[in-house]
Amino acid sequence: MKNKSKAIPFICHVILGILAMLIIIPLFWMITTGFKSNKELFLSPFSLPDKWLFSNYIKAWKSGIGIYLKNSIVVTVAATALSTFISCLAAYPLSRLNFKTKRLSIYFIMGGLMLAPQSSVISLYKMMRITDLYNTTTGLVLIDAAFRVPFAVFLLMTFYKSISYSLDESAYIDGASTWQIFLKIIMPLSKPIIASCAIVSFRAVWNELLFANVLLESNSKKTVPVGLINLQGMTTTNWTVVVAGMVISSLPLVIAFLLLERQFVRGLTAGSVKG
Amino acid sequence: MESRNKKTVFLYLAPAIIISVIFLYLPIIINLFESFYSWGALSPKKSFVGLDNYVRMFKDKVFLVAVKNNLLFVIGSVTCQIGISLIIASVLEAKFMRKTQRFFQTVYFIPSLLMATVVGITFKMIYSPSLGIVNPMLKSLGVDTSHIDLLGNASSATLSIVGMSQWQYIGYTVILFLVAIQNISEDLYEAASIDGASPLKKFLYITLPQLKDTILINTIITVTGSIREYDEVFVTTNGGPGSSTETLATYLYKAGFKNDQMGYASAIAFFIFIITFLIGLLQMRSYHMEDNN
Repeated sequence: MKNKSKAIPFICHVILGILAMLIIIPLFWMITTGFKSNKELFLSPFSLPDKWLFSNYIKAWKSGIGIYLKNSIVVTVAATALSTFISCLAAYPLSRLNFKTKRLSIYFIMGGLMLAPQSSVISLYKMMRITDLYNTTTGLVLIDAAFRVPFAVFLLMTFYKSISYSLDESAYIDGASTWQIFLKIIMPLSKPIIASCAIVSFRAVWNELLFANVLLESNSKKTVPVGLINLQGMTTTNWTVVVAGMVISSLPLVIAFLLLERQFVRGLTAGSVKG
Repeated sequence: MESRNKKTVFLYLAPAIIISVIFLYLPIIINLFESFYSWGALSPKKSFVGLDNYVRMFKDKVFLVAVKNNLLFVIGSVTCQIGISLIIASVLEAKFMRKTQRFFQTVYFIPSLLMATVVGITFKMIYSPSLGIVNPMLKSLGVDTSHIDLLGNASSATLSIVGMSQWQYIGYTVILFLVAIQNISEDLYEAASIDGASPLKKFLYITLPQLKDTILINTIITVTGSIREYDEVFVTTNGGPGSSTETLATYLYKAGFKNDQMGYASAIAFFIFIITFLIGLLQMRSYHMEDNN
């Protein structure tokens, strides 16, 4: 019995450890390769670099990563802000006011969750062409924001419902308008969930590839996910520079996660754990 | 509380409704109509062909390969991101894991923060027989690697991408399940311990039933994600070698934007829509939106 009670934890640690190694090896390879010369990449893929070449990072930055990062930040911040703002507004009446078309409105907005971006990409391409929004940051921001709204509304609605209704009622009796209740009571109480909401949207838009690939044509407007593919195509001989570019592009989100782990986890889990 | 007036409600809802109508609903409707025509973005000709695009689709071998590959993604992802993740999460919640839980959970989660492009290019390189690390590692285990080119051979390419996808996302669902397990009342487990239940019994009779909704929602999200699969294939093989790794979404992209057969691509797009919409209805039901208020 005593042996058994030690054996199980040991085996579990070994299996989980092997799994962790499988996760870490590619990450470790990525980080070290970013500092290697191309020759080293081919001859000694496992060892640490002989000389740590920071120049790979500078080269990657100059070959376009700098511009792509700037574009990605603009698109992601704008789309996240827009979708979060719109969703904060919409979730309020849907969770705290009564009106005839309430249920219909909920279904209509949440229905967006069922629509695959892949099924809209051709029509959206055409719509962007007709409205001259093709190859513009604005077009991409609007579309990316729209696809984030349903889930954001769902998260916010669930949270707004948990706020005590007596707060609204006493404010209402004191003569406050709905707008004042929304701004002065609901919004301040919802700060943590708004943060989670923004993080979830940020992650999705930051990584978005399909629309960015189809709707942006000029190199100067491309975001990181598309830009990296470009960089890879341009410098087929210089793999280590591409890897350096990938490390640079991954840092913002990984750092944000390590700093804001709690908000991350709250946002990610809210949609899958019944609220 | 009764709403003051309809105008207020409308002002709050209008932006969300308008943006949803224009960018979420309208494109699907346009897409349906466009799928009945033969047309291209570059050619001025446009002719009504009725259901021809759909008939062609079900006879098209590449389309069938794509469906098969999407199914491989579904099977691989549900097995790993639901089955294995759930087991990992419950092991991580065991008492003897308290000290190391956070370490494992963070390590497993990090890949899911990376862009599909980053993961794709990385694996394209480490899978490569000339500069990669997978073949040397297999060789050191005694495997004959002279014929192994994971992404280059049609027989192994799709599974290699499916595997890469699991590498990226398994930790994501581990965290989701971990949080859900932490939400289960401690009392249930204590009562079971008093009755002398084994850890396996606790998992089967407490954890699983309590997580029913979470498992259902995550399964739906995972399945829909696999049917929408685009990014990873596009970055690694772009459907090749031949058409062996094509998925519905990469094939529709190729048909529409590379071969300029927009009508045919619209038909494939509508097929994706129908399948994911039906599965999505289940998701809506499990969110229990009816019991509002």
